[in-house]
Amino acid sequence: MSWEVVIGIETHVQLRTQSKIFSGSSIAFGAEPNVQANAVDIALPGVLPVLNRKAVVCAIKFGLAVGATIAPRSVFARKNYFYPDLPKGYQISQFEIPVVAGGGLAINVPQGDFLRGVSNAGAAAVEKFIHLTRAHLEEDAGKSLHEDFHGRTGIDLNRAGTPLLEIVTEPDMRSSAEAVAYARALHSLVQWIGICDGNMQEGSFRCDANVSVRRPGQPLGTRREIKNLNSFRFMQQAIDFEVQWQINEITEGRAIRQATVLFDPDTGETRAMRSKEDAHDYRYFPDPDLLPLEIKPDWIAEVKSGMPELPQAMQARFQSEYGLSAYDAGMLVSQRETASFFQAAVGLTGASLAKPVANWMQGELSARLNREELDIADSPVAATQLAGLITRIADNTISNNIAKKVFEALWNGEGGTADEIIEKQGLKQITDSGAIEALVDEVLAANQKSVDEFRAGKEKAFNALVGQAMKATRGKANPQQVTDLLKKKLGV
Amino acid sequence: MINSSLRELSAALSAKKVSAVELATLFLDRIDRLNPGLNAFIALDREKTLAQASAADARLAASAGGPLSGIPLAHKDIFCTQGWRTSCGSKMLENFVAPYDAHVVEKLAAAGMVTLGKLNMDEFAMGSSNETSHFGPVRNPWDVSRVPGGSSGGSAATIAARLAPAATGTDTGGSIRQPAALCGLTGLKPTYGAVSRYGMIAFASSLDQAGPMAKSAEDCALLLTAMAGFDPRDSTSLERPTEDYTRDLEQPLAGLRIGLPGEFFGEGMDDDVRTAVEAALTEYRKLGATTVEVALPNSGLSVPAYYVIAPAEASSNLSRFDGVRYGYRAPEYNDLTEMYSRSRAQGFGAEVKRRILIGTYVLSHGYYDAYYLKAQKIRRLIAADFVEAFRSCDVIMGPTSPSVAFAFGAKSADPVQMYLSDIYTISTNLAGLPGMSLPCGFGANDMPVGLQIIGNWFGEAKMLNVAHQYQKATDWHTRMPETMK
Repeated sequence: MSWEVVIGIETHVQLRTQSKIFSGSSIAFGAEPNVQANAVDIALPGVLPVLNRKAVVCAIKFGLAVGATIAPRSVFARKNYFYPDLPKGYQISQFEIPVVAGGGLAINVPQGDFLRGVSNAGAAAVEKFIHLTRAHLEEDAGKSLHEDFHGRTGIDLNRAGTPLLEIVTEPDMRSSAEAVAYARALHSLVQWIGICDGNMQEGSFRCDANVSVRRPGQPLGTRREIKNLNSFRFMQQAIDFEVQWQINEITEGRAIRQATVLFDPDTGETRAMRSKEDAHDYRYFPDPDLLPLEIKPDWIAEVKSGMPELPQAMQARFQSEYGLSAYDAGMLVSQRETASFFQAAVGLTGASLAKPVANWMQGELSARLNREELDIADSPVAATQLAGLITRIADNTISNNIAKKVFEALWNGEGGTADEIIEKQGLKQITDSGAIEALVDEVLAANQKSVDEFRAGKEKAFNALVGQAMKATRGKANPQQVTDLLKKKLGV
Repeated sequence: MINSSLRELSAALSAKKVSAVELATLFLDRIDRLNPGLNAFIALDREKTLAQASAADARLAASAGGPLSGIPLAHKDIFCTQGWRTSCGSKMLENFVAPYDAHVVEKLAAAGMVTLGKLNMDEFAMGSSNETSHFGPVRNPWDVSRVPGGSSGGSAATIAARLAPAATGTDTGGSIRQPAALCGLTGLKPTYGAVSRYGMIAFASSLDQAGPMAKSAEDCALLLTAMAGFDPRDSTSLERPTEDYTRDLEQPLAGLRIGLPGEFFGEGMDDDVRTAVEAALTEYRKLGATTVEVALPNSGLSVPAYYVIAPAEASSNLSRFDGVRYGYRAPEYNDLTEMYSRSRAQGFGAEVKRRILIGTYVLSHGYYDAYYLKAQKIRRLIAADFVEAFRSCDVIMGPTSPSVAFAFGAKSADPVQMYLSDIYTISTNLAGLPGMSLPCGFGANDMPVGLQIIGNWFGEAKMLNVAHQYQKATDWHTRMPETMK
């Protein structure tokens, strides 16, 4: 009997504002402890929160990007609990009425073995729509520092009050691969619309995964929540471990108890942090210090007018304008920088070369970027340079093989443009039929053995002859012309 | 001089008949002499006060002062005052020196007023008799065996004893008006949102309002003009044009319609209070007003609704007093939970703990709908009653407190009896309306009686006009206790 895995994800997205959600302190990462904590952040007696409208703009952008409903009136509530890094003894969040409700994200789920950056893997991806339950605004807590204090705990309140958008999905995912695909798509989207820097190391994008298993067709199983997954790899490992653990428990006759668990990357295991019995009663109630958040249609319209074209719309456009496959177009819109690179390159080559541009970006360029762990925004080969290169392949100035050499030279900064490198290194393709004929004659004369073998029926010998001709010109001879002439001379 | 109005003091200062330093010294000397018997001031700093007075004198000399320049006042210890200990009447904040000024403190200082010191109060403003203060009870200057009311009891006693010409107070359920009534002075709670709460230590955020306490309505009008106004640091502060609250003081009262809610004149009010209040109404009729009966059918629910909402908000507001960053921390503990529980058990007094427990209970899972949500619904009904009542009247009148000042210990053993002291004042807080109390005579044992005026939303100027015209026709507000002379 098979098992069905059910996963829902909650993501805390740190919003890219200048200041905190309810105070004027900076949220820049990496400052000395407590220097970015003012009277409001440390919750002195008498201080009051004032909502940062920039954080609301981020929420509106997100709501628009995922086709959600933006609440005309939402309410900030207090979530009450005691912890040393929670200065007020409550977190200001949204409970009953969140700012964003519904909507969703389309994801491409890779099937089977999947190598990143390989363009022909397209056939193996399946599209799926993940529904969102809600997204709400809230403030982050500070940090407790358990090291370096000799048995005591240090408190750093720099992060206290940092604006977060908590994005909650329906339990729509059925595998760790789907969960990771969703997380990647969300990670890309929040950066695309400019509301998050996406820096997972610094905690700007943190996921919690609610995982349960059941027999197909049965009601939902009891879930355990894996907290604070800050890399996609850990997410995959944690869910896979958790799923197997739950299946083992049930198989061995033990019931799953609702719990919060942590993933330990060193052991690759999840372990329970607290059970439902220890769950807090957060005593949510509307925060009387803040008025309900009202968002009028004209505010939404204003935000909408400043939004970039969204990845899905762009993907559809790439398919219709450039005749790209859904997979190619999907890869190109996986990151806003990738899409910009593509658009810049195609702007120069013209739409007819969109497919080679896409292929080069997903092939040579992507492989090289991956190898050197570079982001496309930092690519040493600029879109204009790649466009120049592809144009020269198309007009037969160089062959594909030579183009790889030119690309390498561009990558190493050996010239400003493909033309410059082709010129300097004499890589221009030989297309003069007289010259090629002389070359072919030379090759035939010098390789009588191969000619004999070919005549005796050994097909491979023909390729050896082509290879000799190309070698003699260091690859510059037009391979098609060489092939055609050889065939003619050999009477094929 | 100690009985002078703020306008008289201002005139004397402008005419150089007295300096701000002399005025401050006069009151500081009275405080030194009389405060030990009253326990109204809990923080004094003569040097700081006189430095402020000198600065005021310099401004006056340069003719740069306003109508309040150089006039001394004292702040309820709920307001953060930079460099002064700000305790909120609690052991929890016994050693807390505020690093910033509350909006109200800032505005009054900007108007040139001189701070005489910080005033005793019920702990975290939770009380109606000033008996819950960590620093001991304040005594009523009219009879030191009686309570001054609360929670702004220090403010009320200070003005009644003429230890300061003016003071700030806060009113969550009657904490300005009830002590004003019990000490024979004038106090005003503004419309919710008229005065910024920034820097005022929160008790119940949706009910708390700061307001002035002084001898007369005219003084209150001058003070409120300086205190009120939009503050972007308080999201519940209302963005309205600034007002001169003295503008209507001299309007005649002919044609004024006074609403009298039957619910405020039924059982529960002592006879001496009733006699004084009715005499005041007779005086108003002489001034040209007419009285109409109005109904506030849900006002009987105001005390129970209040004692759900206020403790609910307080239980959360007081969570920040955890011993982690400032305030009291228990000297001994073995782990985090013990640090919290001991610090809070030792740092808070019994009444504060009672309200934190009530508030925690009513917000708990499974009880929230039955208590908190129900109370919020009642709150809307109470506000709707007032909307209806104000269709047929300009102001509402009644007693401020059901009795005159009571003896120490008379109600402290029975919290419900104590909570009923605010039965006439609480509904205005729930509705967000402005209200005031002014002296209207004396009752049993020659203790002062307060008349309450409730205005419509933003009707402060009208309310002050109504109070001022009465004070021009009567002299109750000029009386002071013989023993304090």
